Amino acid sequence: MPEPEAIAVEAAAAPAAEASSSAGPATSWRSRRRLAIGAVVILGLLAPLVVQNFTIFQLTMVMIYGLAILGLNLLTGFNGQFSLGHSAFYGIGAYTTAILMSQNIAYYWTLPGAGVVCLVVGVLFGLPALRLQGLYLALATFALAVAMPQLLKSHLLEALTGGVQGIVIDKPDPPPGVPFNADQWLYYFTLAVVLVMFAGAASLVRSRTGRAIMAIRDHPTAAAAMGINTALYKTLTFGVSALYTGVAGALGAIVVQFVAPDSFSFFLSISFLVGLVVGGVGSIPGSLFGGVFVLFVPNIAERVSTGLSGAIYGVILLLVIFIMPTGAAGVLRRAGGWLTDAWRFLETQSKGRRTS
Amino acid sequence: MMMLEVRGLCAFYGQSQALHGLDFALAEGGIVTLLGANGAGKTTTLRALCGMVRMTGEISFDGKPIAGRATEDIVRLGVAHVPEGRGTFTRMTVEENLQLGAMARGDRAAIAADLEEVYGEFPQLKKRRRQQAGTLSGGEQQMLAVGRALMLRPRLMLLDEPSFGLAPLIVAELFGILRRLNQRRRVAMLIVEQNAALALDLAEHAYLIETGRIVMGGPAPEIAKDEAVRRSYLGY
Amino acid sequence: MQLLLQQVVAGIATGAIYAMMALGVVMIYLAIDHLNFAQGEMATFSTFLAWQMIQWGWPYWAAFVATVAISFVGGIGVERILFRPIRNAPILSQVVAFIALFSILNSSDGEIWNFTIKSFPTPFGTKPLFCIGLVSTHQAGMVAVTVVILALLYLFFRGSRLGLAMRAAAANPESARLVGIRVGWMVALGWGLSTAIGAVAGMLIAPVVFLDPNMMVGVLIYGFAGAILGGMSSPGGAVIGGFMVGVIENLAGTFIPYVGQELKLTVALVVIVAVLMVRPAGIFGRVSVSRV
Repeated sequence: MPEPEAIAVEAAAAPAAEASSSAGPATSWRSRRRLAIGAVVILGLLAPLVVQNFTIFQLTMVMIYGLAILGLNLLTGFNGQFSLGHSAFYGIGAYTTAILMSQNIAYYWTLPGAGVVCLVVGVLFGLPALRLQGLYLALATFALAVAMPQLLKSHLLEALTGGVQGIVIDKPDPPPGVPFNADQWLYYFTLAVVLVMFAGAASLVRSRTGRAIMAIRDHPTAAAAMGINTALYKTLTFGVSALYTGVAGALGAIVVQFVAPDSFSFFLSISFLVGLVVGGVGSIPGSLFGGVFVLFVPNIAERVSTGLSGAIYGVILLLVIFIMPTGAAGVLRRAGGWLTDAWRFLETQSKGRRTS
Repeated sequence: MMMLEVRGLCAFYGQSQALHGLDFALAEGGIVTLLGANGAGKTTTLRALCGMVRMTGEISFDGKPIAGRATEDIVRLGVAHVPEGRGTFTRMTVEENLQLGAMARGDRAAIAADLEEVYGEFPQLKKRRRQQAGTLSGGEQQMLAVGRALMLRPRLMLLDEPSFGLAPLIVAELFGILRRLNQRRRVAMLIVEQNAALALDLAEHAYLIETGRIVMGGPAPEIAKDEAVRRSYLGY
Repeated sequence: MQLLLQQVVAGIATGAIYAMMALGVVMIYLAIDHLNFAQGEMATFSTFLAWQMIQWGWPYWAAFVATVAISFVGGIGVERILFRPIRNAPILSQVVAFIALFSILNSSDGEIWNFTIKSFPTPFGTKPLFCIGLVSTHQAGMVAVTVVILALLYLFFRGSRLGLAMRAAAANPESARLVGIRVGWMVALGWGLSTAIGAVAGMLIAPVVFLDPNMMVGVLIYGFAGAILGGMSSPGGAVIGGFMVGVIENLAGTFIPYVGQELKLTVALVVIVAVLMVRPAGIFGRVSVSRV
């Protein structure tokens, strides 16, 4: 690719890139971030050894939702294409797994299967979506999300999808010799897949392709004028985004052991969107926080009051938006900024005292 | 007492500072021009006066402090701003645009009379009163913008590059109208212009802005004679 | 041929609901430049209020007028308290705020008034219109009310100073401020009008689909379809779009064997997608050209 494009894309995307642009504090911020991520991973590795099976199940679902939200994040957060339809991709991934497993294909092979199917569907949807912006894209994806349960229930596909009753899946056993029970094994399996895919997303975002994708989000006309093939990147991003959410759906099907049309309604898309915003749009670790929020907060709301659980959930959401409009990632970034500033201030203070 | 007094005006776009402590004043019924190259901060100054950009400093209009107040409140005190790009409501008719200019007023009969006066001043607008404003030529849209500002019965008019993109004949006509308005109605004017010659001809007082600072100020004829100004801004 | 005509007329009758909803959708869109996803829920809440007043013995028209007034004020209140503080937040965050509002209202409806279906009276009676079996007097009344509201809105926006100010605030907020228009209050007013229209829509729709907390969920989708078909920038277009969606749905249900009751909603979705593919601005909407 020609050199000027690389420089121009870098210049355009630099403000949008996640890490700060100044030299000194950035490196210490980044290494502190890596420490934090490492700590979370270690906690994640130890968790299933100390908690109950149901909690393990919940933690597994947290990771799965986080992955699904990451998919949405790639499309909406990094590429600026608004989607209310990701419940459809989640559902397609889930059903692909269920159908393959009912044909006796091993659960781990269904993941790439679901991924490929969703990649293709995503690209196919992304192509006509090129013509739509903002509100109109939202409505088109909304139509997709609402149509999905209908399609899954319809008589046309009943033979494949099991219609209204859905498909039941057998819980996979851990491989022989492994000292974990089924829930723990599924947790570690999911953890491995999720770690790989999160790392993949992080490296994509930092690459030249990632910068092009973000440049398209920030100023599509300028990006096109600089020679970026907007159509290609937008369509591919749609595909990759669908792939991520589809794999999450596949994992979800394996863990829940059941797929039914009404589980993949528009309401799920809304949950993903909420998780995206609460976690932080354009933040990869934020997606995981979004997963935590989306899984646990409705439960908390339910425990406060069963009748008004929706209202409590709504109030919590409003509080979150008011207090942290840029999501958890935004808050952490600012907190990190304050900490860095405070640290530097203390450093200069102590240096001053030494020289005087 | 001066009608408009500005002290220590600083303006910011996000983190970057565009104006670094401007001091200037405008007398009742006077005409002052702000000169400077592209990006010097002239437009930012007008925007800061109207509360459209983040600012610090003191601004007093008729002795009242207006720094930090909302744009619409400042406008209602009698400050009409003809912005860069004219700010025309392109999909509304010429007449609707003019009526919008009087939105802050309540005196129906006087508004109707003023409308007729504006049409008298700008007969081209009267001819096109039911036309969509976006279909007017550049010069006509500028006339419309000035007319709309007049509908407020302003005490002070802020004009941002009124000559921009207009043919010389139209510009001469426009500036002639501005002079007449100032003489007849005692409307004070603060004009931001890149066309220094025109502005110095119309104004009584001039300030030169470079990279957000006032580097020169004084009576317009003196500024016009200054060696550096002549070379950089007047071309001879 | 007669069947076709009959179905078209019947479609217009059912389309009145969608037309009114579409009008509300477009109203708020013109005022705030995005969609109010909680609009249906606000309409449902208003309708429940009216229902409650009627239960307390209020005469129908007293309850109607009171509900519209309360909804108007309530809409302004929601904008001032909830959405004005976050107006500079990223769009996605604002969307989540809408979602939150939806959730709060839907849940509150269920808690205060429970989920059993209730009937709601109609001022127009339910006899067939002109003794033809296709259109009831109530449906004719809905069409009439929609047209009347549209006419009133037209008069307001074209013929009054306040209407002009609102149009200006929506078209070009910065220029509007420069003529002294309090743009913030214009947005609030847009909300108020939209909520009031939603209340009327709810009170007219409830007699047909029966009142329960999820009454508006399906209707809103049809409303969106109508608004998109007609064009988001045109209130009149949206109304026509709503009627057209009603006709299309009816014709599809009658003449396409596959479309049974369950796939009728899909028809609305297909309309949405088809319009977005071919002409996103809708039939009567303005195609906006953006300059770099």
